[in-house]
Amino acid sequence: MDAEPKISVRGLNFFYGQHQALYDNNIDIAPRKVTAVIGPSGCGKSTHLRVYNRIFELYKDQRAEGKVLLDNGDIFSSEINILELRRKVGMIFQKPTPFPMSIFENVAYGIRLHYSLDKKEIARRVEEALKGAALWDEVKDILNKPGMALSGGQQQRLCVARAIAVEPEILLMDEPTSAIDPVATVKIEELIGTLKKKFTIVIVTHNMQQASRVSDYTAFFYKGKIVEFDKTRKIFTNPAQKKTEEYITGRFG
Amino acid sequence: MQVEQVKKLTRQMKIEKVFHGLTILCSSLVLVIMLLMFFQLIYNSRLSIQEFGINFIFSSTWNPATHEYGALASIYGTVISTLIALIIAVPMGIIIALFLVEISHPFLSKVVGNAIELLAAIPSIIYGMWGLFVFSPFLADYIQPFLIDHLGDKPLIGRLFQGAPMGIGMLSAGLILALMILPFITAVTRDVFRMVPSVIKESSYGMGSTTWEVTRKITIPYGIKGVVGACFIGLGRALGETMAVTFVIGNSNIISPSLMDPAASIASTLANEFGEASEPIYLHSLMQLGLILLIMTFIIQLLAQLWVGRIKKSMGAGL
Amino acid sequence: MIKSNYNTRKRKFIDFTVKILSSLAAFIGIFFLLWILFTVFQRGFHALNTDFFTKLPTPPGLGGGGVINAITGTTIITLMATVIGVPIGVMTGVYLSEYGNKSKFGSIVRFTINLTIGVPSIVVGLFVYALIVIPTGSFSAWAGAIAQAIIMLPVVARTSEDMLNLVPNELREAALAIGMPKWLTILKIVFKSSKSGIITGVLLAVARVSGETAPLLFTVMNSQFWMKSLNEPIANLTVTIYNYAMSPFDDWRQIAWGASFLITMVVLLLNIIARIIVRETK
Repeated sequence: MDAEPKISVRGLNFFYGQHQALYDNNIDIAPRKVTAVIGPSGCGKSTHLRVYNRIFELYKDQRAEGKVLLDNGDIFSSEINILELRRKVGMIFQKPTPFPMSIFENVAYGIRLHYSLDKKEIARRVEEALKGAALWDEVKDILNKPGMALSGGQQQRLCVARAIAVEPEILLMDEPTSAIDPVATVKIEELIGTLKKKFTIVIVTHNMQQASRVSDYTAFFYKGKIVEFDKTRKIFTNPAQKKTEEYITGRFG
Repeated sequence: MQVEQVKKLTRQMKIEKVFHGLTILCSSLVLVIMLLMFFQLIYNSRLSIQEFGINFIFSSTWNPATHEYGALASIYGTVISTLIALIIAVPMGIIIALFLVEISHPFLSKVVGNAIELLAAIPSIIYGMWGLFVFSPFLADYIQPFLIDHLGDKPLIGRLFQGAPMGIGMLSAGLILALMILPFITAVTRDVFRMVPSVIKESSYGMGSTTWEVTRKITIPYGIKGVVGACFIGLGRALGETMAVTFVIGNSNIISPSLMDPAASIASTLANEFGEASEPIYLHSLMQLGLILLIMTFIIQLLAQLWVGRIKKSMGAGL
Repeated sequence: MIKSNYNTRKRKFIDFTVKILSSLAAFIGIFFLLWILFTVFQRGFHALNTDFFTKLPTPPGLGGGGVINAITGTTIITLMATVIGVPIGVMTGVYLSEYGNKSKFGSIVRFTINLTIGVPSIVVGLFVYALIVIPTGSFSAWAGAIAQAIIMLPVVARTSEDMLNLVPNELREAALAIGMPKWLTILKIVFKSSKSGIITGVLLAVARVSGETAPLLFTVMNSQFWMKSLNEPIANLTVTIYNYAMSPFDDWRQIAWGASFLITMVVLLLNIIARIIVRETK
């Protein structure tokens, strides 16, 4: 890897109560690149992703061990402000999750949380974020409609707009297209291509074509371990591990 | 087809008709009961309606000795005691629900949640007993003297807290009512909060919201319909609650500005005086009180249904 | 390193404050509710003895005596109310879920049920007084049972409808597809798979009316004696609590606490059984 990694994970173990879900994960995420995380269901891909913004801490029986460095700072350090961490590390979920408010308010929500700005500036940033998520043209006349009134694909792009509105550095995407239709999926994939110019993106997907289309690097997870991590081209053409080859050729998973 | 089969089929069809008819009959009974209820209450308050007319609602005189009856004092007592109950129980209920869903340890939340659901089932007469024998004396000894000393001389609100610390009275009734509807409001609000999909909450936490921000901006708006519904039902219960109030309100048909003074609600007047109503006009006046209570709760229920419909529209699908 | 934004300290402080206040409010609310339970257990337990369960009431001042007649009375009234109210309520639920689900009449009935649930129980008492006590000229166990049944009916109807609606449609279609008539499908298939839900609803309704006082005040009144027939006022626990608690006599108040304890235990027990049934079937 050429540049300094954006995120470095060292010796990460993860537990749901007594059950261990991740074993000694080590990975470096390159800045302003798309890293895909693939693997069969239940292999720990999502679990791994949910450590980066410490969202797993909402559940009292979940526990992580090891180091996750963001710009060389440990995210588990007591000096870390968790609210600020989560502003920097945005997350897009499997299902679109518009908040129970208007389209405009959905995007303005995070801006108001983290900045105190006047109305005009908020409106400007909302517009910018919606443009960034390639949604502006579709919603500019219906900004006061509830977010839930949009189609599934639009809702997902609304969530992207909401995430980028607070100026994050990293976007975590947890199977962002698995709950929406193929046409909307294409739009999201195109969007990822644009977004990586500004953001470091980590995307969990069970769709291998998607991983090969959108990502620069790919990590293959199996039973909570990172089996192989390399440039996407290498993983999909000439994997080093037998397990990886079996998975990408569709022999299991 | 054989004759046997045809016979069997016709028999089956007959039973089906009877069964279907029976379900319609039972359903109609609910409508009949409702209509009969209004009819009976109006019919049996006809003497009082004829005698006092609309003045019945606006007169605060309630004097069985001279047969002058007016409902205002009872209506006032009903409304104010309910208001006190709601002002206390609604925020408390929401806050406790918040504690159960977002803050406390899952195990504690389960234990406390179960306890609260069981408490919601305790008969109101038990709250009345406790209010009369335990809480009112406690109020008179500790809380009321404090309120009278510290708030009694303040402008505006001072009038609410003047008088003697007797324990029983409007304040006591309001507080007991609050305790009575608290478990109910808490339980419903908790269920509503729990129904907010965890992914929605996670996305809000994922953007760097605090627990309070998630609650205020996501959880409460998401569940507002249910919470308002719970409040309306709580309101309806408090309005018509008889035993818990009758034990502690003091049963005095007088409108006093002070919350320390005894008062009466419609239900408490009914419970207290029905046995003594030997004169027809007395009985009909009490019936008319009941009619007013029925209409009040009826309007609340109608408003609740309309409100729920409106919220649904303004928040869009998914709510 | 991640630097703290200008306002996160304030936001975190507000969050912390709300959490503390919320825990405090929860503690206060639970404290009062436990206080009530504790009082009922402590004072009620003292009042219980063999006399309480086996003897008739005595005049004030004599001490001793029990409420065996009221225990019997409440049991009889509640049973009668259940026998009247539950079948009608369940059949109404069946109509709403199986026949008139989308019909105009169905929605009127559903709306009325919601309104009826909100009618204060004391108004139901007045209504039954006007409907039955005035024409027959006497307070009676019947009148009380009918008042309680009117309170149960909409509750049972609503829970039955909800429970029946949970039964998947495929099950009905499968039964109808083998030529089972609708009434048999409902009785044999739909009821069977929603049985525990309906039983739970009935138990909760029984628990609710067994603690009701207001509807009995104007319908059965109370009595110091054994009942001779269902056409006269009979003794019951809740009105006994009311009368005795309001009396100036200590031994009567003692009995009132005992009766409160008994009623509370029965209501809690019914609720716990209902919960266990729900959990078992899950």
